[in-house]
Amino acid sequence: MRIGVLALQGDFARHARALQKCGSRPSAIEVVEIRKPEQLEDIDGLIMPGGESTTLLKLMDAWGFVPALEKFHAGGKPIFGTCAGLILTARDVANPAQFSLGLIDVGVERNAYGRQRESFEAAGTAVLDGRPVPIEMVFIRAPRIRRVGPGVETLARHGDEPVMARQGSVLVATFHPELTDDPTVHEYFCRMVKEAKRA
Amino acid sequence: MEELNGLRIADRKHIGLAEMLKGGVIMDVTNAEQAKIAEDAGAASVMALERVPSDIRRDGGVARMSPVKKIQEIQKAVTIPVMAKARIGHFVEAQILEALGVDYIDESEVLTPADEHFHIDKFAFRIPFVCGCRDLGEALRRIGEGAAMIRTKGEAGSGNIVEAVRHMRSVMSGVRRLTTLGPEELMTEAKNLGAPYDLVRWISRAGKLPVPNFSAGGIATPADAALMMQLGAEAVFVGSGIFKSSDPAKRAKAIVQATTHFKDPDVLVRVSEDLGDAMVGLEISKMAEKDLLQTRGW
Repeated sequence: MRIGVLALQGDFARHARALQKCGSRPSAIEVVEIRKPEQLEDIDGLIMPGGESTTLLKLMDAWGFVPALEKFHAGGKPIFGTCAGLILTARDVANPAQFSLGLIDVGVERNAYGRQRESFEAAGTAVLDGRPVPIEMVFIRAPRIRRVGPGVETLARHGDEPVMARQGSVLVATFHPELTDDPTVHEYFCRMVKEAKRA
Repeated sequence: MEELNGLRIADRKHIGLAEMLKGGVIMDVTNAEQAKIAEDAGAASVMALERVPSDIRRDGGVARMSPVKKIQEIQKAVTIPVMAKARIGHFVEAQILEALGVDYIDESEVLTPADEHFHIDKFAFRIPFVCGCRDLGEALRRIGEGAAMIRTKGEAGSGNIVEAVRHMRSVMSGVRRLTTLGPEELMTEAKNLGAPYDLVRWISRAGKLPVPNFSAGGIATPADAALMMQLGAEAVFVGSGIFKSSDPAKRAKAIVQATTHFKDPDVLVRVSEDLGDAMVGLEISKMAEKDLLQTRGW
């Protein structure tokens, strides 16, 4: 199984490290850093990491990533977006409004808790495959999910607000599981990729 | 964060913000207009300062934190993180920057030091710090004080990459050397480095620094940025190199592309075409010792 991490800018190295901790055998998952759209053809799933969404959009635009990502998604291959990755995959974006791929029917507000001074950590519970599991959540200049469309399942909340959600092959989180040593969320994404590959 | 034998380092959320900036370019800006140009070019963050280093070098005088109003204008103009410089040891400038809601403080040798003996206690703040270093010992002293990101100093405002290369090689070879030492050698090594023993021991096992390591001081071309990335930098700071060139917007875009595609010479060719003139560089060996910025801090 080959999982790509979009490596244009952001914490792609931490996602690669988190993926390497998944799987029973070290060789079970091959992690590929993706810097050109044609590389998407050789992978089974993609992580869009945290970083700066404005920077990522410019780098994606320069290399024609948008049609390639749309094609990747249309082929049913799973995508996991964290923080900036969520902003890029959302249906609509506010503060300010900007282009997004619209792969998951949620509305997000950028930097919605404030600046770095307002970044925080919290313990939470995700409901994955019907079972509640504890997760660690690190929110960094994080966005907030302000609207959840009818086809979207909320997998975790912070207080009353959704912070992790899934619609079909697209998984998103406003926080950063890759910054913790807890592989729960990445293992869940790996199962999504495995199931999609089998289908 | 990994087990550091109980030694305290910066918070995970602060080291995490540095992780988010990896593969990116942090650009020095002095006003809102430059900040907007930087953001439009794809900067991952901007650094607010009163004057770019080459102007500080030319005009002399005491270089201080950027005026509050300028920082507020820059914060209003862009959505990317805004960093700002405080003088070494000037914890009140840092308190003001914290109250302004700046995203990262650079306790920087580019400004005139406020304290000749002590750096800021960075654990006393709710926002993260980045500090400069010339070698592994200096990096570890700053991490021990709470820096959430390290940048090698280079020689700011020189337009000459040679010092940035020297400092990056020194840090990287220092880390590699620690991995070759036996446990009984580590205390003496910590003494020689002037660094906390627990950090030295952690690095000897992990083979890396516990916080991200970026490069600064002398980057003027896309090739310079890619060189520093290939030498092990995880992102780059560009100061005078952009706004002292003949076409800042174009050069800024080119350096952003070069930092992402640093291992791809075909991309480097493409982005380096037709860039106009780079800033004029200075030869370090012809500069007087007193004119070097890198020797500030310890």
